[in-house]
Parts: sequence; C-alpha cells; structure tokens
Amino acid sequence: MSGPSTYEPKSGFTRWLDRRLPILRLSHDSFVAFPTPRNINYWWTFGAMLSLCLVVQIVSGIVLAMHYQPNIHDAFASVQRIQRDVPYGWLIQGIHAVGASMFFLAAYVHMFRGLYYGSYKAPREVLWILGCLIYALMIATGFLGYTLPWGQMSFWGATVITNILGAIPFVGESIQVWIRGGGAIDQPTLNRFFSLHYLLPFVIAGVVVLHVWALHEVGQNNPTGVEPKTKDDTVPFTPYATIKDLFATSLFMLLFAVFVFFMPRALGDPANFIPANPVQTPNEIFPEWYLLPFYAILRAFDFNIGPIDSRTAGVLAMFASIGVLFILPWLDTSRVRSMRYRPAAKQFFFIFVVVAILLGWCGHQNPGTTLAKGGQFSATLNWVTGGQSATSQIVAPSAPEFQATSDAAEAQARAQGAAMTSVTREGSVRATLIAVTGGTRQTHTFTADNADDLEAQITAAKAHIGGSAPFVQVIRNTPFLFTVTRFAQLLTFYYFLFFLVILPILGLRETPNRVPDTIAKPVLGETQGAS
Amino acid sequence: MAEATSSGAHGTGETTRRDFIFIAAGAAGAVGAAATIWPFVDQMNPAADTRAMSTTEVSLAAIAVGQQIKAIWQGKPVFVRHRTPAEIAQAQRDDYAQLKDPQLDEDRTKQSNGSAGKAEWLILQANCTHLGCVPLPPDNPGFRGHFGGWFCPCHGSDYDTSGRIRQGPAPKNLYVAPYLYLNDTSIRIG
Repeated sequence: MSGPSTYEPKSGFTRWLDRRLPILRLSHDSFVAFPTPRNINYWWTFGAMLSLCLVVQIVSGIVLAMHYQPNIHDAFASVQRIQRDVPYGWLIQGIHAVGASMFFLAAYVHMFRGLYYGSYKAPREVLWILGCLIYALMIATGFLGYTLPWGQMSFWGATVITNILGAIPFVGESIQVWIRGGGAIDQPTLNRFFSLHYLLPFVIAGVVVLHVWALHEVGQNNPTGVEPKTKDDTVPFTPYATIKDLFATSLFMLLFAVFVFFMPRALGDPANFIPANPVQTPNEIFPEWYLLPFYAILRAFDFNIGPIDSRTAGVLAMFASIGVLFILPWLDTSRVRSMRYRPAAKQFFFIFVVVAILLGWCGHQNPGTTLAKGGQFSATLNWVTGGQSATSQIVAPSAPEFQATSDAAEAQARAQGAAMTSVTREGSVRATLIAVTGGTRQTHTFTADNADDLEAQITAAKAHIGGSAPFVQVIRNTPFLFTVTRFAQLLTFYYFLFFLVILPILGLRETPNRVPDTIAKPVLGETQGAS
Repeated sequence: MAEATSSGAHGTGETTRRDFIFIAAGAAGAVGAAATIWPFVDQMNPAADTRAMSTTEVSLAAIAVGQQIKAIWQGKPVFVRHRTPAEIAQAQRDDYAQLKDPQLDEDRTKQSNGSAGKAEWLILQANCTHLGCVPLPPDNPGFRGHFGGWFCPCHGSDYDTSGRIRQGPAPKNLYVAPYLYLNDTSIRIG
C-alpha cells in the first residue's frame, strides 16, 4: 500500500536528522501521506478513539498510581482519598474509571465494524489477530484494574474469576494458587494485580504499534471491501482522515465527558463502595458491563457434558467464545469481503449483534429468574383420615437391593388392603413402612405461581391436616420454566453457530449481490489511466 | 537440524564435531534460559510466611448449640457449626436421599487423620464449590434454601445440614476443612 516515500525534508536540520534517524520520514509516510480509501465512512473513526482511550488510561493511571496504595488495609481508603482529598483526584479517578468503559465501547464498535466489512479477510488476517490480542489484553487489564479499589465487587470478582481458572482441567488448582499467591485472594494478590495492571497497558501499546504497522502494510479496508485500484481511489491520510477522525473523536469525547461529569458512577456497581470483606459475599456478583456477555456464556452451562462437569464446560466455552475470534479469518469462507454485498450474511450478522447484546443482558440477571413458564405450579396432597395405621420394619439384604425390597414390601402391604403406604429410609438397608388400612382417602390439589408459594401452601395444608392422618403424600408438578439460564443457552448456541457453522457454510453457498459498476470500475482512474 | 545433516562443515553431508557443538551449545542455552525463567515464575507461588499461616486454632467452648462461627484459615473463611440434634438427625436421614455428590454425614465430621469426629461439630470450608462465594446460614435474612443448611446467594446453590449440595449449580459438597481435636473444646484447622 505504502509506496516510495514522498517525504522531503524542508530545513537543514531535518535533512541532517533524516540521514541519521528518519523518524520524521516515518511519521510523514504513516500519518500524512498514507493513502486512505476515499470512501471509508464514520465506522472507520473508532481506531482513532481507541488510540485516544489508551493514552487517556495510561496518563490518568500513572497519576492515580502516585496516590494509590496496593495494600489490603489501605487500598480502599486510598481510592476514597483520591476522590475526596487529592487535588482534581475526583476528575482523574473518574476519567480512569469511565475511560475503561469508553475504551471497551469503542473497541466493540471497532470489532463489529471489522466483522461487518470483512476486515479480517486476506490479506488482513494478522492485522485482525493482533486486534484480538489487544482485546484479550484489554480484558485482562480491565479485570486486574477492577480489583484495585478493593471494594466488595473487586474482591468477589477476583475470587470468582480466579475460581474460574481453578476449573481448568489438571493444572487449574496450581494455576489458581499461583495467580493468587496463596490459598485466597489476599495481600499478595492485590500487590501483583497492581504491578500487572501497570504493566499491561504498555504491552497493549506495543501490540498497537504492530497493529498499526500491519495496517500500513496491507492498507485500510473500505465499505465496499474492494481494494482501491488506482491512486485516485485514495486520499492522503492528512488532512482528510485526520480531520474526520478528529471530528468523530470530539463527539466521542462529549459522551465521555457526559459520563465523567454527570454520572461518573453510573457504569460501576454500588457494591464496590463497600470495603472488601472476605467472609461476606454480596448478594449478587456481576462483572462490569463490558464482560457481561462472556459471564452469561460462563453461566449458561448448568449441565455436565459427559466427563466435563458444568463448571469446566462453562469456563471452556467462555475462553472459546473469545478464542474463536482469533481463527475467524479461516472460518469465514466467503470471498466477498463486505457484508454490504452479502444479503444473507448481513441478516445473520444483525442477529448476532442482537444476540451479543442480549447475552450481556442475561449476564446481569439472576440466572434462576423465570422469563416464561409453561403452566402453573401444582401439588396434589393425598392422605387418609380415620384409618388404621400399621408400622413395620423393612430390612434389605444389601444397599443396592434396598429399592427392590422396599417396593416389594409396599406392594405387599397394598395387596393386603392398605389404602396408602409410606417408606422412610433410616439407613443403608433399613426403613420404616407405614401402611394405612380403611378410613377415608382424601385428596386436594392446589396451584401457585411460583415454587415458594407452592411450598408455603403445602406447609399450611400439612399443618391443617396435622395429626388426623399418619402421613401425607405430596406429588409436586413443576411446569416447564424458561429461565434466564435457558435463554442464555439459546443465545450461546447462536453465538457459536454464527462463527462455526453459518460463516463457513454460508460463504460457500450464498449468492452475493453484484458489485455496482460505479464501484467495480474506477471512475477517475479510467480517464487518467491506472497507476 | 536439517541444515546440519544436509551440509556438514566441509560440505560432505556428514555430521561433524561442529554440528555436535552447535546442538550441545543450543541445548545448554535452552536449559540455562529455562533455569533462569523458573525463579521468575515460581516467585508468584505462596511465600514462606503465607504458607506458615497454614493452621488456625478455634475454641469451641463459646459456640452455643445451633450457632456457627466463621474462622479464618489461610485467608479463607471456615464454618464451625455446632449442630442441633434435629440438624444431625436430618443430615443422617438424608444420607440416602438423592445426592449430587453422595457422601455420608458420618464421613463429613471425620478429622483429618481419619478418626471419627463428633456429630455436633461440622467444620467446613465456607466457599461455595461453584465459584467461591460464602453461603448464608438459615438464620440469615437472605436465606432462601430448602434443606436447612446453607444457601449461596450468588447462584442459588442449596446445601443441607451436612453441607452437601442438594440443588443449584455447585458441582461438589462444601469441602470439609482438615481439622483435629486438640482437646474436647478446641480444634486446629490445617
């Protein structure tokens, strides 16, 4: 993309410098003369915002580190001190906390942009993978930073996430202890999290340099996904892209400022204003909004998959949901880059966006919450009043045979005229059998809207029946419940379906739209000749 | 080492002393690099003073029947529960109920040396086996359990009076903390 350098040193000093360290030449070629497709739209301005976010986070973070104390006794108070006592600490801490959210917001738009316009396809695979790497580093940095204020969410978030690592097969336990520096989240953990939180942004900066390098090697994609054919299809980066980026970034900064000045705590969890307490868990634990979709995927697995228990399955799925992004360039088989010309893929893409947002919503709900149910909860109570009850002992020859022995004893009692029987197990092989003969068999059924109401009704009914019957048989009927977990399972299924099935198959089978001649053929280039 | 076999020092295609030295030096360098990296990895493991805090002694004298305390062992909470006879009876009756992680109540009061403990004292690690939250006991306001033991507020794992998982996402029973009776009224955890 970048042709021969067009930099011409103007003064004697720059000529002198250019022969010794061509840094001005590099800057000129990268950010002034760099050819930019003339048709890129505002979705292409988020890279600039992300660069700004990284700078803002590093600068505000370095300042905060001058006042913060990575000590379990002082950390919480030192953050409060920054907000209350340090000159402009409220502003700088607010910028840093809101900045994390803005960083992820811009990153998500940037990633969806890449996904929609096929910016991961050849020859931009490495560019895309470096971006995924930056995203993974951002997640790690965000998680580490969230621990530092040492509030309840910090502490329990760190506990839950390090427990997640403990679920990794074979090496999980060792990794967990290694990360924590002890059996539990404690001083060693906070200390190292602070150290790593300070380190990782500079690693991100390093990968950003590679990302930009790769971008400048292959050139920017554009909304048509058709490579610029002539020099006339592009404009110099400065002033065209620079000004456009600046304008969009200004709007972004307005949004940033609205949060910083008017609702600096809106994106955080109020529980983090309670100092960390290792013996008291908050009633609900959630990560920050930008990690909620992955949290929902983690929790969607409430069932074992063969030898993989539910917890490990959730952890593997969560890592896979990010890992799948890395291999996306080879999953999408379509030769058409931009979804603008892929009508079917476009629809699946928009469903995917909605699914990702809904996963985030699920991540913030109590997983047991019922969204819809297939009917009423009901219970049937059977009991006998006024009968003769006889008690006998059941002794099975061995524990495995208990069920058969007990069933036989019950059947025998019924054959002898018992209206109802009840077995209470008392040991591995012993049980008491109560059989009621004669009397009046009573039955009562009631319904309730939820399980707790039903249990309350059962308890009340049992108390009412009291001693008039030797025992009460309860048959509970739970309707099909569509819970948040079920919903998250469906969404998780689509998430993986999109990457692993839809994109690979669709690319081979779909009929893309024709690229209009106005785009396929260079309008200006034809008259002036291809370069 | 395709290069070494295809072209030796004199272009004869035979392996030479130089190839041997090259591989040996490379191997020594790799071992040296690994040996240098290891201390930088291992330093993150628990330090000697952290490991030294590995036992906690708890006096049982002050814990009334039906009460529980949270002791801190290795930075983590441990439930020390003085169970009522009703709770013990319920736990033993449930030995044969449908259990996700079947275990007898008797085995859950055993000391770390394998000898029998006392049925009224249950010493459990207080972190839910799902994701590590601290479950609530029945007298706590947020308790919504159905089995009379503990209820985890995070994701709704429901434990019985023996600390066994009965309902919810947790895969295992609450782990029994390793402990020994020092005398009738005190135990050492760890």
